[in-house]
Amino acid sequence: MATPGKAIDPIHQFIVEPLARIQLGGVDASFTNASLFMVIVLLAITFLMIIGTAQKSVVPGRLQSAAEISYEFVANTVRSTAGQEGMKFFPLVFSIFMFVFFSNMIGLVPYTFTVTSQIIVTFALAAIVILTVIIYGLARHGTHFLHLFVPSGVPAVLLPFIVMIEVISFVSRPISLSVRLFANMLAGHITLKVFGAFVAMLIGGSGAAAILSPLPLLAIVALTGFELLVAFLQAYVFAILTCVYLNDALHPGH
Amino acid sequence: MATTDKAAVTAGTAAPDGAHAQGVFPPFDSTTFAPQLIWLALIFGALYLLMSRVALPRVERILENRRARIAGDLDEASAMQHRAQAASLAYDKTLADAKGKAQTLAQQMRDQLAADSDAKRKALEADLNARLVAAEASISQTKAQAMTHVGEIAAQAASDIVRHITGKPADEQAIARAMAATKTV
Repeated sequence: MATPGKAIDPIHQFIVEPLARIQLGGVDASFTNASLFMVIVLLAITFLMIIGTAQKSVVPGRLQSAAEISYEFVANTVRSTAGQEGMKFFPLVFSIFMFVFFSNMIGLVPYTFTVTSQIIVTFALAAIVILTVIIYGLARHGTHFLHLFVPSGVPAVLLPFIVMIEVISFVSRPISLSVRLFANMLAGHITLKVFGAFVAMLIGGSGAAAILSPLPLLAIVALTGFELLVAFLQAYVFAILTCVYLNDALHPGH
Repeated sequence: MATTDKAAVTAGTAAPDGAHAQGVFPPFDSTTFAPQLIWLALIFGALYLLMSRVALPRVERILENRRARIAGDLDEASAMQHRAQAASLAYDKTLADAKGKAQTLAQQMRDQLAADSDAKRKALEADLNARLVAAEASISQTKAQAMTHVGEIAAQAASDIVRHITGKPADEQAIARAMAATKTV
């Protein structure tokens, strides 16, 4: 139990702790550290996108430039994946991308909490996407939306089989979408923490081991750079898959 | 955070917070699901509203204004360029006109001068010709005049020679006969 390998718990960073206990009709609605970092993410995005663009200058400053780059980046992603028609979902995709991106990035700062390292959060975001796809698809196309599961030109013998595969693949979408983001964040943070524990253990160890302590420290530096890439990439993947699924709602039937 | 870290270190693998189920992996701790979902709904809803109502339309307007401004500036620049080209063409035309005018003026002047000098030369030539003719006429007249006196002089000379040789006046008629004979020869 007191072995050095377990002395520093790499899982502790994911614990959700209530900061203010709130009960709403018997439901726990406590303001937790997770809620706090959601608020911080919201404030950071608001600062960038609303304070940053307040001057509305023709020649943008740094902050406005960053806001415009974010806008154009997501807008181009939506246009190239879901077409001009997909731009009606642009605010949703943009909100999701910014929320995930800022959560991932802020989570990389030591002593912070990573909102997207909680499966329930990533699953809720994926559920928003899938529910939007289903509700919009049914409202827009009615039963024609179900052609999503019935590809044309398939022999009648194979049809039940194909439909089953299509339904399974559709149902697995929110799961893969949420687990991908959650697992990436979780694994990255655990790895960083484990390497950090190595440094502490090597320094705390006897003489010769302490000399090796810079090695895991260098690994942390490299891994942090890699995690920055992952933080962006996972937000981008989440956004682009959102666009792909929304494209199905816009154009069902392959 | 630091104090709970310490608690984790001392407590080892056990979850430090009594409120959470013992031994459950924190992200899968279902007691935290309700507060997380409630706050996510509130905050993501607020984010969506802020983005869709305020931020995105504003950025869109900024980008649209810039596009319009750039397009306007480009149009203005191309209009300016056209004007400059037109001015340059007009200048070239004026220059060519002036050159042409200068050339015709010079040509006219040259022609006039040539005509003048031609006329003067012709007048001079005519004058000289006239003088030449007059001189020739006077020469031939003098010559003819001189020729008429030749007979007389010859006859005089002949009578003088005869008188000198013979010592007596010469027979005028004989001399005239001799002269006529020589003339006819």
